[in-house]
Amino acid sequence: MTVRRVMGIETEYGISVPGDPTANPMLLSGSVVNAYGSLRGRRVGRASWDYEDEMPLRDARGFEIDRAHADASQLTDEEDPTLANIVLTNGARLYVDHAHPEYSSPEVTSPRAALRWDRAGERIMLESVRRLSSVPGTAGVNLYKNNTDGKGASYGTHENYLMPRATPFSDISRHLIPFFVARQVMCGAGRVGIGQDSATSGFQIAQRSDFFEVEVGLETTLKRPIINTRDEPHAVADLYRRLHVIIGDANQCDVASLLKMGTTSLVLAMIESQTLTVDLSVRKPVATLHAVSHDPSLQTLVELRDGRTMTAVQLLWAYFEQADSYLQARHAGAIDADTAEVMSRWSSVLTKLERDPMECAREIDWVAKLTLLQGYRDRDGLEWSDHRLRAIDIQWSDVRPEKGLFHRLVQRGRIESLVEDEVVEAAITNPPEDTRAYFRGRCLEKYPAEIAAASWDSVIFDVPGQTALQRVPMLEPLRGTRDGVGDLIDRSPDASTLLQELAAAGR
Amino acid sequence: MPSQEHSRPQRRDETSDEAPAPAAASPEATARKDALDDDIDSVLDEIDGVLEANAEEFVRGFVQKGGQ
Repeated sequence: MTVRRVMGIETEYGISVPGDPTANPMLLSGSVVNAYGSLRGRRVGRASWDYEDEMPLRDARGFEIDRAHADASQLTDEEDPTLANIVLTNGARLYVDHAHPEYSSPEVTSPRAALRWDRAGERIMLESVRRLSSVPGTAGVNLYKNNTDGKGASYGTHENYLMPRATPFSDISRHLIPFFVARQVMCGAGRVGIGQDSATSGFQIAQRSDFFEVEVGLETTLKRPIINTRDEPHAVADLYRRLHVIIGDANQCDVASLLKMGTTSLVLAMIESQTLTVDLSVRKPVATLHAVSHDPSLQTLVELRDGRTMTAVQLLWAYFEQADSYLQARHAGAIDADTAEVMSRWSSVLTKLERDPMECAREIDWVAKLTLLQGYRDRDGLEWSDHRLRAIDIQWSDVRPEKGLFHRLVQRGRIESLVEDEVVEAAITNPPEDTRAYFRGRCLEKYPAEIAAASWDSVIFDVPGQTALQRVPMLEPLRGTRDGVGDLIDRSPDASTLLQELAAAGR
Repeated sequence: MPSQEHSRPQRRDETSDEAPAPAAASPEATARKDALDDDIDSVLDEIDGVLEANAEEFVRGFVQKGGQ
């Protein structure tokens, strides 16, 4: 058992024009995407998105909803020419999702890599902001790595985990719902305001929790479910499912981000191997999710179906202990470095959260944010309803290092970093080497003029002299790696040669 | 895949239905926390300098459309 699997993070950014709350967010988001495309010297729209395999209405429980009955916001596969949508050389997708610019990271195989390429996305958004602010006569655009405006709107940060199709979906929901109710105490990003529209003043642990209203469902923009059933594997459908997790917050703290991806992957591994023996089902999971988020003291008791009560931290310990026992029993103490790192961090963070949550100010977003907010409250005697505290909450996630309050704390050495800036820098343009994102990214980098479109599971070539487009399917996420195709791309000067070589190699 | 000896993470005591009794913080953790606490005043001074001048207008102007 390991934390390693094919995974990725999608992040929608908050967007605003200083002094102009009525600016059209769709057009603005398009300008963010196009600004980055033009910066990187690439004609936007050239390598556009290939929608052939997108099935947003397919449900993991085994049925498909009628397109006519779907909310317009659920239709994500119909191309709108006014919306920008590009594929990057690092294998990521940068596009407009509804009214937000979104960066979907390339497929990676470890929590560390997921956080590395997600942070590359922050830098890409920053480059766009810089570009747009340099246009004379405009106010520029600000971007925020957060998930709510505090006025009733929320936008997502989604995690994706590749799983075997054979794992029953009912097992996934049963074991993940209690985990997700509790997970926020490690990975919440913190929020000023209680309730979707902040009707009650106060501080809560997670940005997203108040926006979840049902336990299981297909929607992502309304009646949000704790477990999302969207079933678009972007891979061989008989073999894999892509678990689409919509309940997380956008993290800026490396440790919290690593734990979010790593512990979830471990819980999934236990579900897959049917080794979760303790039933931790909770009563009223949606109400409990909200109650846990509303209590930064972490003393709220979660009621289990079997009558036991425990805190969210104790519930997480129960998952940790099952993972630890399993690793000791099966791997006799020798586990891969990624798994060891996640287990050690998991244990350390739970220990601190149990003793005094504020000890995690260097590691967990909501604690770091609360520490700053509490500093203001203590110094200036501010109530939670004070505009300054709400302003701090928003400005916390500004992507600009000189304005973003989180970034200011990083510069002062108050936040623990796991990935060096140079490593993030390299991930802005380079793809991961151990998934099909390598093939996608390298092709975009080397043959940009000869690629008509790309998607998670295909690259479509438009080779000079050929009448038909040539689609290279990539339905196996672990094929198209550097080991598999690196040499071949290196020695192919053009796409035509590459396609001949691929055909000859029988790939 | 890299492999290394796994030092067994610290496990907590037996599950209890009662509220957990907080364990004493390690001296290092306490020292680091104190250092952060000492620093907070100068952090606040710095943040004062970058915070949006008109907080009320800034908050009112941050209006988003819903997303996923």
